Amino acid sequence: MSAVVHLTGPSQPGPNLRELVARVARGDQDAFSRLYDAVAGPVLGLVRRVLRDPAQSEEVAQEVLLEVWRTAARYRAERGEVMPWVLTIAHRRAVDRVRAAQAAADRDQRAAAASHTPVFDEVAEQVESRLEREQVRRCLRGLTELQRESLTLAYYRGYTYPQVAEVLGVPLGTIKTRMRDGLIRLRDCLGVGS
Amino acid sequence: MSAADLHALTGAYATHALDPGENAEFERHLAGCPACTQEVAEFAATLARLGAADSVVPPEALKASVMAALPTLRQEAPRTAAPPADTRRLARLRRGWPKLALAACLAVAIGTAGVAVQEHREADRARARAVALQQQQDLVAGLLAAPDARTATGAAAGGAGVGTVVWSAGRDRAAFLASGLPAPAAGRTYELWFDDAGTMRPAGLLPGGDGALLLSGPLAGARGVGVTVEPAGGSAHPSSAPVVLLSFS
Repeated sequence: MSAVVHLTGPSQPGPNLRELVARVARGDQDAFSRLYDAVAGPVLGLVRRVLRDPAQSEEVAQEVLLEVWRTAARYRAERGEVMPWVLTIAHRRAVDRVRAAQAAADRDQRAAAASHTPVFDEVAEQVESRLEREQVRRCLRGLTELQRESLTLAYYRGYTYPQVAEVLGVPLGTIKTRMRDGLIRLRDCLGVGS
Repeated sequence: MSAADLHALTGAYATHALDPGENAEFERHLAGCPACTQEVAEFAATLARLGAADSVVPPEALKASVMAALPTLRQEAPRTAAPPADTRRLARLRRGWPKLALAACLAVAIGTAGVAVQEHREADRARARAVALQQQQDLVAGLLAAPDARTATGAAAGGAGVGTVVWSAGRDRAAFLASGLPAPAAGRTYELWFDDAGTMRPAGLLPGGDGALLLSGPLAGARGVGVTVEPAGGSAHPSSAPVVLLSFS
């Protein structure tokens, strides 16, 4: 299997992504090919999780990966690791697509939500990523229900926080606080940061 | 929205859950808030773990089409004081050269004196500060590159030093660049003000006589900007005569 997924765990080996990005910024296509192998799986997985539609997801994932190529020189190591940088681009683009679609066709979205078909059958089952998924699940279970629902509606569904508040029937101020303290708890549980 | 309210938006910002207006407001706040910048970076890393946990094996065809598209795309140049992508456009503008000169001044100001960080100085972990400086620099450089950016320059009242304001009506923002102003006495700082038809609105603090500051808050029809010397921490209203006064015209 060519696409070995390297996750952002603290002790993970694998290619030095920062170095690859620096080479990509200089137009090195071989470096981009290696960077692609490291990030394409997470990019497509996240985009699919948000968009659900496989064809549209591939289209958006392609846009994301090409944006990485175009903007590699804008990556700043002091602002964080490569994977968060790439996945922030991926999430932003997926959410933009959801909102554009929402504006155009709320009815389709309701239909899609009602059918709720799981679209990711070919989930990569490398041991590494299975362990990672289990840890993420465990940490998500450690949140309060409101924290978890606020975060998952925003992150996986692309809801704005007023939409989250409306769906959950909770005041706006409460939602933004729960999103923040939920993320703080997740961050600590996953051991992110210093 | 108050600063405390804005701090609470770090989570919603990191999950892209703000509407465009709030997002822009929060990003302006972020530029002067190293603690928020640090938190947002950590949240992005946290969310990346969630995202990466959904990893799938992409179809081979995706890689083929991405690789095939690379030669057709122009890669962006790194962001420096003035984004090179905008340089040509800048040069074509009538006011092109003064702005390029300003961009160079900005780079020097940042290299030597640094950019004023308005808030949370108590929390300025070096890394977060560097990030905020960079963002502030990007924001000021972005403003310089705005197609409708205009500038006004004036000598300081005491004769030493020069202040320049850059503003863009389209972006509804202004930045101030100080060059060679006398360093404020201990326990004092320069404070920037928007002149709202004679009422002065606080627009940020500049602790030294050199540096660049993206003014906080929108232009909102202000007539110009003023600079006064105030006690460290700033005042709600000017308590001394202006050192520099520049009008938006």
